[in-house]
Parts: sequence; C-alpha cells; structure tokens
Amino acid sequence: MSVDLSQFHQVFFEESYEGLDAMENGLLNMDMDDIDSEVINTIFRSAHSIKGGAGTFGFNQITGFTHVVETVLDEIRGGDRKMDQSLLDILLASVDCLRGLLQDLQSGDEPEMDTANELKAKFEAILSGQTEGSAPSSNGASDSGNSQSGNEDQNGSTPDGGGEGWFIRFIPEPQLLQSGNEPVRMFRQLEEVSEGKMDVKVFHDKMPTLSAMNPEHCYLSWEITIKKNVDRAQIDEVFEWVIDDAEVHIEPLVGTTLTEEPAPASPAEVEKPSDLVTSAAKEKVPEKADTKAAKKPPSSPQTQESSSIRVSIDKVDSLINMVGELVITQSMLGQLGQNFDISRIQRLQEGLAQLEHNTRELQESVMKIRMMPISFVFSRFPRLVRDTSRILNKKIELVMSGESTELDKTVMEKIGDPLVHLIRNSMDHGIETPDKRVANGKSETGTVKLTAYHQSGNIVIEIKDDGAGLNKEKILSKAIENGLITEDQTLTDEQVHDLIFQPGFSTADQVSDLSGRGVGMDVVRRNISALNGTVEVESFPGKGSSFIIRLPLTLAILDGQLVSVGDQTFIFPLVSIVESIQLEGRDLNNVGGYSDVLLLRDEYVPIIPLSGTFNLNVESKTLEESIIVVVETEGEKIGVVVDELMGQQQVVIKSLEENYKRIEGISGATILGDGTVALIIDISGLAKMAGVSIKHLDASTIAA
Amino acid sequence: MAKILAVDDSASMRQMVTFTLKGAGHEVLEASDGVQALGIAKTQPMDLVLSDVNMPNMDGIELCRNLRQLPSYKFTPILMLTTESAGDKKTEGKAAGATGWIVKPFNPDQLLTTIKKVLG
Repeated sequence: MSVDLSQFHQVFFEESYEGLDAMENGLLNMDMDDIDSEVINTIFRSAHSIKGGAGTFGFNQITGFTHVVETVLDEIRGGDRKMDQSLLDILLASVDCLRGLLQDLQSGDEPEMDTANELKAKFEAILSGQTEGSAPSSNGASDSGNSQSGNEDQNGSTPDGGGEGWFIRFIPEPQLLQSGNEPVRMFRQLEEVSEGKMDVKVFHDKMPTLSAMNPEHCYLSWEITIKKNVDRAQIDEVFEWVIDDAEVHIEPLVGTTLTEEPAPASPAEVEKPSDLVTSAAKEKVPEKADTKAAKKPPSSPQTQESSSIRVSIDKVDSLINMVGELVITQSMLGQLGQNFDISRIQRLQEGLAQLEHNTRELQESVMKIRMMPISFVFSRFPRLVRDTSRILNKKIELVMSGESTELDKTVMEKIGDPLVHLIRNSMDHGIETPDKRVANGKSETGTVKLTAYHQSGNIVIEIKDDGAGLNKEKILSKAIENGLITEDQTLTDEQVHDLIFQPGFSTADQVSDLSGRGVGMDVVRRNISALNGTVEVESFPGKGSSFIIRLPLTLAILDGQLVSVGDQTFIFPLVSIVESIQLEGRDLNNVGGYSDVLLLRDEYVPIIPLSGTFNLNVESKTLEESIIVVVETEGEKIGVVVDELMGQQQVVIKSLEENYKRIEGISGATILGDGTVALIIDISGLAKMAGVSIKHLDASTIAA
Repeated sequence: MAKILAVDDSASMRQMVTFTLKGAGHEVLEASDGVQALGIAKTQPMDLVLSDVNMPNMDGIELCRNLRQLPSYKFTPILMLTTESAGDKKTEGKAAGATGWIVKPFNPDQLLTTIKKVLG
C-alpha cells in the first residue's frame, strides 16, 4: 500500500508553527530558577512533535537539528541541566531558525542550513561539555533502534542466519497476557515467516489445579522448531515485545536431519540477513525514502499564509443549530404559502420576522467562524519586547490583556505589522532609558500595555506606554525641517500629534534598526485605513502616550450609511462619518485653489460634491438644500455633498474589482434589499480624486 | 477489519495514521490526548489502541496504565508510538502494560506490518 505523504505536509507545517509559537511563549515566560514542569514539558513536547513529524514526512534537515534541541530540552526537563540566559538565547534562536527552515520547506525551497548548523554546533558543544553520566542520552539515537541487542543469547553466528533453521524455547511469565501479547498471534507470525515449515510443542506441566488456576494467567510454555533458513532478525522481531515477560531461547538448528528441504544456505540468502541487521543499513533505508519525499514539495509551492482555519466545535454546532431553525421556518412558510388567504397575513408576517431573525443569527454565526482570538497576533510580542529592550538597553515590561478578543482572520493577518511598528515605536521613542526614568522619579522598568476589547461593533487595540510622551518641540522642529509646516504656524496639540503620521516624518535622533527609518507611521496609518480602521494618538508629557486603533470586526460586512444623489444610492462606511449637517447659511468660504470650504467649529473643511466628482448627470440641488456628510480620513475632515440621507444598515461587501473593474473612489458594491446595486465610497480615494490634500488648514492660513 | 483508537497530539501524525489504517479497511477513532482517549475507550471496546507517548493532559504511559484498569481493556493490544531516542520509554511503557511499540519515524507500510502482529 502506498500512501502519498505529501498530503499531510500542510497540516504538519501548521502544527509545527503552532508548536514553535508554544515553545517561544514557554521560553519567554520561563522562570529560570524555578522551572514549572508543565512549561518545560510543553516546550519539550513541541520540539518532540516537530522532530517526530519531520522524520515521518521526510524532512531530514529538521529532524537532525530538532534532535539536538530536544536532547538539551530533555536534560533541562529531567533536571540534569540548568537553564541560563545564554541557553535561553540559543533556544530562542533555534525557534526562529526552525521557523525559517519550515518556511523554506513549505515554499518548496532548499532550506538554508547555515544558521541551523551553527546552532547545532553550539548545542553539541553544550552537550559534550557535560558529565559522563548524562552523555549517553545525547547519542541515544544511534545505539537504540536495534532492540535485538538486548537479547540474551546473542552469539557471533546469529546474524548469519540459522543455517538449517531455528529451535526456540518460549516460556512466558504468567502475566504475559495482561500486556496484550497473545502467543497464538506470535505463532501465526512465525508461521508466516517460516512459510508453514514449523513444529510447535506445548508444555502444560506448570498448569495448576482448576481451583488454584487464575484464568487470566498463562501457564503454558512452548518449543518451536522452524525448519527453514530464515533471518534471525525476523524471529527476534516476533519476540521483541515479550523479551521482558518471558524466557526466550533461540538457537540455530544444526545437525538435525531435516527430511524435507535441506535448505542449503545459498550465498545470496546469507548476504541478505546480515545486511538487514547492521544498523548502518537500517539508517540508509529511511534516508532513501526521505530524499524522495523531500523532492515532492517544489512541485506544489505553497504560500506561507495559512489557507485553512481551525474552528471550534462549539461554533460549528451553533451553526448547525441555526440552519436547523432556518429549515423549520422555511417549512412553516412553505405550508403557509400552499393555501394562503388574506386572513393569514399575520402569520405570514410572523413567519417573515422569524426568517429575518434566523438569517441574522445565521449570518452572525457564519461570521464567527472567521473570528479568531487576537492572541494569534499578540503572542509574538513578548519575544519582540524582550529582544528589543535588550538591544535598546532599556527595561521594559509588556502587559497584555484581552488576548481572547476575537477578530476576523483577514483583519488579523493585516494588523500584525502595524502593531509591531507601534510597539517598537513605544519602546524606542516612548520609554526612557532606566537612569532617565529614575531621575524623573519613575520606576526603572517601563511598561508597555497592549489591550484589546470590543466596542460597539469594532475592535479597539490600545498600545499604551508610561514613557515620556510625545515630544512636542521635537516634532515641531522636525516638521519644520522637513517642510511639513512653516515656522509661523500655530498648531493644536492634536494637530501636532497628527504630524507623526505624515509621510517622511521621523524624530529618531539616530536612525536605528528598530524604528526611525522614516517609513513608519504614515504606513501604519495607511495600512489601518485600508482595513477601514482608524488610529489615534494621545499623549501626556512625562506620563506616556497611547495609540488607539479601531478596526471593524470583519471586512466582509460594513455598517453603512445610505445616501442618495439624484437617483443613485451610495454607501458611506459609518465608521468614517463624523457628522452630517445641513448648511442653512453657515459660513462657506472660497479659498484660493479650493472650491468651497466650510467653517465648522473653527475648523475649515473642504467640500466635495459627490455628483461632480463622479460625473453624475443629475440636476443638483443648491448647496443650501443639500446635506453635507462630514467624514474623516487620514486625520483630515472632508465634507461630501449629497442630496439625502437614507437609512443605516449593514451591507455585505462585494468586490467591484472581481466582478467589474477597479474604480477610483469606490471601494466595493453591495446589493440592497430591493435588488439594486449601491456603490460603497472609498473616502480617502474620493478625497484624492477631488484633489483635496490640504493639511491642517487653520484660520491663519485661510486668512493669509 | 478492526476497530482502532489512534491517539496523538500531533494532527499530522494522527491524520497519517488514520489515513493509512482506513486505507487498509480498518475503522479508526481519533483522540488528541490521553484524557480524550480514555473517554472514548470507556464507551466502547477497541481491537487496538495506538498511542503517542508525549502528550499534554495525560501522556501515553498514563493512558496505558489507566486502560489496563478497565475490564474490557485487560488484554487489548496497546502499541506505543515512540521515538528512538526514548529508549527508557519502552521499558516504562511495558511496565504500564503496553503490548509493544512502533518506533518513529515510521512509514505507512511499517505501520501496517506492525499492527498485523497484534490483530486477528
């Protein structure tokens, strides 16, 4: 039977990544002086599983490397080795290295073994520098495997085969049966091996009287004569599992005259057994199979982003439940429709209400399938904070809460990088060096708090540090230097904070490896905007700053505000709407270069007519009659002129790109209840189209 | 055709074992740790239990010991899937009542050959 092992590779990769995460987590949380046995067991088990799986699926590079890692972990687990900082570092580096190897293999590349070999050498050095007593465990792999060596009557001639056959005396201990070993099955196996040329003699001399007999014990013993020149190893294999529970004597059959088939040992046959017994040959066999299997992946390169998700049984069960109820409602409505008359209109309405209820619940449950706890992203941060704080020579503690908050998988995959950036930023720019902190009367250790929670259909992620806060002067001088603002501009705190999100802005004194490459915060904001989310910053000088990210729970559904322009319906993402107002004689200014600007509570907001921007051929109302929807994108406010506000509803986003083509200013489409298609406005795209790119207009600029 | 309980915390190993055994016509139930396996074992008899050694919650050795306490598992073959480096695990497994072992890594053919030793 041949099984294509490559079908299990994807699962192996996925669980190995999970295992590595668990290892990393465990290592980071480990108290080196008092190692929790559950923690070290989990770490060991992960390494062990990766090694086992890699061996089975033919990833030799991984097996070899993981073996030394596992050996070291086993010693730590057994208390034979003390954990220290340098060992911890090497182990963490191994986790990274393994992750890299797995990624290479997964994408079908030949894995890059340099780091692995380096680390392996380090581990081997650690292992060899130890006491005699624990040494054997490190090379246990080479001497085990041939368990036959434990056999008592091993003599020089045995590997060469039994000449004319074998004589076996088999005297089991009474409790043999309790290990699940069954002599009958063993004889059947011997029969197969000897192709039936076998005699069995049974001895029942030890059988007690019926009253003294324990029916679960084995009182019989046997003598078996195999009249065929079979390999000794094949016989050993039959008794391999019972060696400790029985007396087994195996002797070659010599001098006995065998009437049928004298079985002269043909040279070819003699050679074969010795081949099989030597362990060298044993190791060769799997190797061959391995290279064959290892060649497979390149034919089907896979992206690293996992394409499957694990769903808890609870979620699936609730889904099945919902569908059940939907079916009941459907059959109820079906029955109602068969002989319908107007008197039953109320029941119809009830039924439809029920259907709506069911549909909504079903929709929610289906959405939940894609939801995963944010710990999938958070889990990598302890490591990040640990490594970064060492590089920065700062003492930083990461406090996380709300790890179980659930979030759509797609959103999750895209929020990781922005979060990494923000956390690094807090550590690099926010938290002060220990002596500076002490001088300012703070504790030496800085804290970065990472919190996630749900708030009115959004997920909110906060990154809060207790550092110095944003340095207003530094930001301003940098902004002037970079030409983002002019020296005579006066900005509110909020506007100053907003400057850090501008392209090309960086305040790091030194361009470090971590942050401050000037490609930071604007990209963060753009990435978050692409997810229909927002990012805000709050800062308290001397006390710290916090970044607050708000994201929709899912990308598949949007809370929308329906508006109409002429006979068209458009949808605004509700999250981006600040307010909607009617003009009624409010101040409208015409500023050079911009069409109309609305003065809204001391802030000038450029106005974009939706009909004009999309070239809609409609008879437009006057500005005074229209409604202005004030939206916010990338920190700017824009007023969009529409005819009327309609309802608010959740809409399912359909991709316009897939079904038609990409259109600037439109992020997608949806189908409304009456069957018409409504386009969903992409606010930042719209702003770009209309040529609105003013930054922080304030009264002084306008006046000038 | 036998009823086999496959216990391993690694999903890929479990899938491989299950796929192989089902392909050979056996009925296979899966468990991801000893606790789950014991739960399944208590509800129905099995012809064979294949268990990994290193597992969370309840490891293979402990599972084996617990299974042997159940009247219907007194003589049921229990095979441990062990790695070659865990030599003493074999002895430990035997002491806990395991029938035998299969050394990892193994391929599907080796698996089928080995289980033939204890079935039928």
